[in-house]
Amino acid sequence: MSEIANTIFSPQTAARFDHLVTLYPVKRSALVPMLLYAQDDIGYVSDAVVTEIAQRLDLLELDVRNVLSYYSMLRTKPAGKYNVQVCTNISCMLRGGYEILDHCKHKLGIGHKEVTSDGVFSLEEVECIGACCWAPAMQVNYDFHDNLNTVKVDEIIETYRAGKGKDVK
Amino acid sequence: MPTLVSHPDEVKVLSRRFGQGAADIDKYIELDGYKAVQKAIAEGPEWIINTMKASGLRGRGGAGFPTGLKWSFVPKQSEKPKYVLVNGDESEPGTCKDHVIFLHDPHAIIEGTMIAGLAIGSKMGFIYLRGEYRYLLKIVEKAVADAYARGFLGKNIFGSGIDFDIITQSGAGAYEVGEESALMESLEGKRGVPRIKPPFPAVVGLYGGPTVINNAETIASAPHILLMGGEEYAKIGSERNGGTRLFGISGHVERPGVYELPMGYNLKKAIYDVAGGIKDGKKLKAVVPGGSSCPVLLPEEIDVGLDFDQMGKAGTMLGSGGIVVLDETVSIVEFALRTISFYQHESCGWCIPCREGTDWIKKTLSRVYNGGGTKKDVANVQYLAENMMGRTFCPLGDAAAMPTLGFVKKFRKEFEDYIDGQKAGTPIITVEQLVGAH
Ligand SMILES: Cc1cc2nc3c(=O)[nH]c(=O)nc-3n(C[C@H](O)[C@H](O)[C@H](O)COP(=O)(O)O)c2cc1C
Ligand code: SF4
Ligand code: FES
Repeated sequence: MSEIANTIFSPQTAARFDHLVTLYPVKRSALVPMLLYAQDDIGYVSDAVVTEIAQRLDLLELDVRNVLSYYSMLRTKPAGKYNVQVCTNISCMLRGGYEILDHCKHKLGIGHKEVTSDGVFSLEEVECIGACCWAPAMQVNYDFHDNLNTVKVDEIIETYRAGKGKDVK
Repeated sequence: MPTLVSHPDEVKVLSRRFGQGAADIDKYIELDGYKAVQKAIAEGPEWIINTMKASGLRGRGGAGFPTGLKWSFVPKQSEKPKYVLVNGDESEPGTCKDHVIFLHDPHAIIEGTMIAGLAIGSKMGFIYLRGEYRYLLKIVEKAVADAYARGFLGKNIFGSGIDFDIITQSGAGAYEVGEESALMESLEGKRGVPRIKPPFPAVVGLYGGPTVINNAETIASAPHILLMGGEEYAKIGSERNGGTRLFGISGHVERPGVYELPMGYNLKKAIYDVAGGIKDGKKLKAVVPGGSSCPVLLPEEIDVGLDFDQMGKAGTMLGSGGIVVLDETVSIVEFALRTISFYQHESCGWCIPCREGTDWIKKTLSRVYNGGGTKKDVANVQYLAENMMGRTFCPLGDAAAMPTLGFVKKFRKEFEDYIDGQKAGTPIITVEQLVGAH
């Protein structure tokens, strides 16, 4: 049973949040990870997410929104089931990062921060993801794929399309 | 998955457990794990700090501040609790070394955190990983849980009567949060806007308590130093730069990867021997030696030792140890624009020189890149960057200005020729693509 009646989160996420708020010297410290975990659960940070997190942390919704707008991984609209994030920062750029991004755009038929009409994929151009020595690199949700070329990207996307991708959450 | 590389010139101190399954606590213990923390308990705080001082270890997060000295700044008596904060935000473009430590040796970070805690008299440590590193966070979380299960963390660690807890934390995407005071703000559940210094974190840090903030690699080095002895560790490196460091070599080299080399190792050798030289037999054009905020070096400038002092003398920085190699096909105009686009995107917007300066440099370079630039634009970019230097609340302003100045000063002719219609290198993308998402 969650601490919050009628929680909008899955039982696992709700239980995790119940625990999370007890950990820190100050409750509010749970805010940033909580927003991300809420997004993983619900798909995006909806108004209802903001309301419940504010309630859990004894914050104003305004405080939550203020923090929410700062962090680049947090979104207020749904992404695809598989969010493809291609790095184009320097190390990746030097080894074909933009080619990979273009390839994904064509293959998926969508641009930066767009979602395919079936809702399966979304695409994002992102800054360095800490995989520079294995460039070019991308993440699908939280899963890293590196040393990419267009053939490898095709295989990866097909694997996800077939529902066989490793979906790290 | 990051591929492990190796080279005979490597000196494996920090990386000696990589690839051996040391994320598993039994394996870690078998490979001398959790011995250093027990020694630290037996010898006491003063010994720890003296050993760290003797080691000559300097912070691996970028600025190179001596770690032992940093720990010694924390007041012995404090009304508020003291904290250890491990910086695993790793977002400086060109940097992926902490990634490998979290993956292969998470217990070294836990043990290092405990050692830092013992040194300063703290009972709680935080390990903060950037939000993108979820799979690594899981590895660290499991390692922490295993350490608790063994009684290594929690109450009365190793029968010492001392309690120590570790909390792992995820970010949610922000380069600026890597800056130490912004990191504390983020950990307090706020926007990652930095704090004015002083007071410094060692005195007033997390929740107002004295706090030691160290990079993940710095922290992971501590157990090795305590086991081998400070002097022994210092000997491996160069003068005033103890030990080894993980260097990530990326870009146009034959064998990119994270290599552990002694401090002071020659940069040219690192590129040509260790990383196998320039990819596909091309010619070297430039090197960005320590993450994207470091001023660029020309091929004739790379015969220099990789330590904080020698790189400083060479007019650049050792930074985060992320060496990015550019071959002759790179257009410096394009590269400079890509670099500033990143900093413009990541500026927290608090101070005007950084917020407006990065934006104007990006706009001006976009115009140049698009073919509509004038010679005055190059002078303007330099003027803007020079006026950002040292005039911002946090070092992100400098981090944006320094590489820009390096590019326009060292490649001025390339910028001017570009404006005259003679384009060096092979631009990869259009300006719309380049600035599209940033
Ligand atoms: C904009 C900016 C970003 C930074 N990002 C990081 C980072 O991702 N990781 C890190 O360890 N240090 C980063 N630093 C440096 C930290 O502020 C701090 O100096 C460091 O964590 C101290 O640890 P050390 O003494 O072990 O190097 C950054 C600094 C600035 C100004
Ligand atoms: S220098 Fe930039 S990032 Fe730092 S406080 Fe000022 S605006 Fe924010
Ligand atoms: S530049 Fe792409 S992962 Fe670092």
